[in-house]
Amino acid sequence: MSYNYKVSCCKDELQGVRDFVRQTLQNYTISDIEMHQLVLAVDEVCSNLMIHSHQCNSSHSLELKIQIDDNQGVTFEIYDSGKKGFNFKQYKEPCIKQIIKDRRKGGVGLLLVRRIMDQIDHDFHPKSRQNIYRLYKKLSVQPTFRT
Amino acid sequence: MVDVRTDFEGDSCIITINGEVDASSSIYLDEALEKAINSDVVRILVDCQHLNYISSAGLGVFMSYIQELETKHKKMVLYRMSDRVYKVFEILGLHQLLTIVETEEQAKTEADEL
Repeated sequence: MSYNYKVSCCKDELQGVRDFVRQTLQNYTISDIEMHQLVLAVDEVCSNLMIHSHQCNSSHSLELKIQIDDNQGVTFEIYDSGKKGFNFKQYKEPCIKQIIKDRRKGGVGLLLVRRIMDQIDHDFHPKSRQNIYRLYKKLSVQPTFRT
Repeated sequence: MVDVRTDFEGDSCIITINGEVDASSSIYLDEALEKAINSDVVRILVDCQHLNYISSAGLGVFMSYIQELETKHKKMVLYRMSDRVYKVFEILGLHQLLTIVETEEQAKTEADEL
């Protein structure tokens, strides 16, 4: 099953992103802690794009797609038309102790995403000029409803 | 949305967080902690019973004050945190760098050990 959501690039809209992910995953056999962490991973990528790629311009938007494959896993795809994409492969993990020493308030969002998800990919589609961020978590999930 | 309440009681400050702390709302937690750290109190107790969610922005706020708390000889204790929120602190190892306990009583005892 797949589910779609479009969100304006405004930080106040992050609540809507989290509600959408929760409401979608609530239809599946997934633990409270796992759901919480998946919600967090999506929130982190969306907020990062809103802030760094779109400078919180609310006339811009992101599209989120959730693909759930029974007994296999959950895939989140975030479609972004922003100019600046970020490449997870080039991302270097920050040192937590250095961040604390520097009294920095940011810099650990993508680290959380890396530690929560099993696989993270980034593609650029030249035709649609979209960056696509794909987050995958291997999970044995089944729907709690009958189709 | 989040509601952050700050109550001063003697030489302690109790910060009560109610709701979700994300990139949009972490400013309110930041303001409350800054106010507490810049006040005369030596104990800062953070009640997390109704903290339903925290993202890296909220974690970053807590992390950014660790050095200042040490420099100013103040103690911050977080308590009554749900398992799912605690797990987020655990992912980054922050449960070892911050003092997090289960009950209010434990929090007061920990805060006394300055």
